[in-house]
Amino acid sequence: MIALRTLWPFVRLGLTDVWRHKTRSFLTMLGMVFGVGSVISMLAVGEGASQQALDAIKRLGSQNIMVMSVKPTSEDGVSTGAQRGRLAVYGLLYDDERRIRETVPGVVLTVPARMTRRNARLGERQLELRVVETIPSWFGVVQRPVLAGRVLTEHDMLSSANVCVLTEHGVRRLLAGEEMLGQRIRVSSSVFEVVGIVKNETGGTVRAPDSEADAYIPLSTGTRLFGEANVRYSAGGMEGERVELSEIIVKMSDTDAVEPGSKAIEAVLARFHKKKDYKIDVPLTLLREAERTKRTYNIVLGAIAGISLLVGGIGIMNIMLASVTERTKEIGIRRAIGARRSRIVIQFLINTCVLSIGGGLLGLLLGVLIPVLITSATGMPTVVRFYSLTLAFGISVAVGIVFGLYPAMRAAALDPIEALRHE
Amino acid sequence: MSAQPTVPHGPRADEVVRLDGVTRHYRVGDETVRALDGVSFSIRRGSYWAIMGPSGSGKSTMLNILGCLDRPSGGAYWLNGVNVAEMDDDELSDHRLLNLGFVFQSFHLIPQLTVCENIELPLLYLGLPAGERRRKAAELAESVGMEHRLRHLPSELSGGQRQRVAVARALANDPAVLLADEPTGNLDSATSVQIMALFQALYEQGKTVIVVTHEADIAAYAKGCIVLKDGRVQQVRGGA
Repeated sequence: MIALRTLWPFVRLGLTDVWRHKTRSFLTMLGMVFGVGSVISMLAVGEGASQQALDAIKRLGSQNIMVMSVKPTSEDGVSTGAQRGRLAVYGLLYDDERRIRETVPGVVLTVPARMTRRNARLGERQLELRVVETIPSWFGVVQRPVLAGRVLTEHDMLSSANVCVLTEHGVRRLLAGEEMLGQRIRVSSSVFEVVGIVKNETGGTVRAPDSEADAYIPLSTGTRLFGEANVRYSAGGMEGERVELSEIIVKMSDTDAVEPGSKAIEAVLARFHKKKDYKIDVPLTLLREAERTKRTYNIVLGAIAGISLLVGGIGIMNIMLASVTERTKEIGIRRAIGARRSRIVIQFLINTCVLSIGGGLLGLLLGVLIPVLITSATGMPTVVRFYSLTLAFGISVAVGIVFGLYPAMRAAALDPIEALRHE
Repeated sequence: MSAQPTVPHGPRADEVVRLDGVTRHYRVGDETVRALDGVSFSIRRGSYWAIMGPSGSGKSTMLNILGCLDRPSGGAYWLNGVNVAEMDDDELSDHRLLNLGFVFQSFHLIPQLTVCENIELPLLYLGLPAGERRRKAAELAESVGMEHRLRHLPSELSGGQRQRVAVARALANDPAVLLADEPTGNLDSATSVQIMALFQALYEQGKTVIVVTHEADIAAYAKGCIVLKDGRVQQVRGGA
């Protein structure tokens, strides 16, 4: 308590000293301001990016395994089908879905999907949609909040109804200004009734199955209208490709079953596919990778921030050394009056801390402000976490103490007789 | 006072300052400079002394030793009953804080502190609470006639006023000895008279005052005078 009572005058002295040398103090603080500001804003940007990635992955479902058709890279292996050299047949089959469902342990559900790009029209308006032909369970596996109406039902499936569910992106661009539900849109040469609208995936670095303007239609309807497989010919009709299923989402019983499940799926597929014309994505693995990336990212950011704070600290130390020289006589007076060396150390430490904490607080403001600017300017998400504020503040105190110690010791080590004589 | 034989068992109760064979040697290159070369004298509580001597006489060294800013190389120096020669730096600091009040030639007020804060300084180091510090500082300022300048900075005061503030600060810890180093060296003669009158008044109130000076007319205010030459006591005159 005595300590506190006797410390306060030194804090005030530090403050008045800072105030007396406004310009110098401000310039000295700049290092800390930018150091702390950059720590907070870099953490906010990193946090925002990883939050976005993690959210995207979580929405894919941590219990899910995504199996996707990919065109094999080697040309000669492509044409396993009928017309060699002209029609590339590859990708996942209904048989693959059945085999996975029947042989891989822990599988709860498999959801096949076929994706094609088709032109949609509503009156004058046109938009290229990604048409996802799938079964109603899709909406149980991939979390997608319903904004209006409903999602696909078993009844739609059985009756192969001409209904579709749109993502809000598609809605905005195609139905702008119109009554949304019940609207009839033309896709290719068929008419579909819009029965529901679901929320869009919000971008991000991780590929999501519906990150765009999507129209979901029942798989049965798709088969009836567009055929059993997605056959596409290039211009001139000389080359084409045939893909039965674009994607199979496999839902496992729990997250522990995900990794063995993905290995089993790999094994099943490898037996029936001569070429690797499929890809297996495990959101859980992506999640772990994202977390690892985040950690690495944080270390790199931390190092950069550490360097900038180091520079800030050295700047403060430099000024404090100048201040010690400047105040040599004052130190002599205080020592003559009877101040112990430790009192001088404390006084200069407090003075340094006033500078570093002052800089830290300004930097805190900057660090809260910059992420807001970044978000509004670039649309990049940023998240300022409370811990980063306390961290930055703690660091500025630590910088004050660490870099204040040397000047303070120098001040205390002065011989009072010499110091008094100093002009 | 000084001619008395050395007392090996420390000072008498009424001797606030006692030096026994104090030496202070410096090494300058290969040479040893004997700034003080066996100085002995004692000063009774409540007396008023001047220490005189030309430059090079060891006067400054004497001041530093008396002010506990420096330790003797040899001999013993008792200030208020404690031998300073055996103290470490912290003990010396504490001893200054408790027993000494300094008045310097160039005032040595801290420029960024107000008059009040300057006077409070010893009280701050003594650990007094703020309210008490404030009250005592006001009293001290009044005793030197500076109560109307408490909120001013030293730069806003005249030389004489600054020295009054310095005296108030030197008295703040109610010191056993008030030690003044050329207290009128930076003042005109009229102001010098006022400051010397202040010392006279303090002496009359029972304070022990030691003034280190090379000016004979300033030394004349004191009741006794110790003259140093070549690091030794050359002459002792008077005494109170």
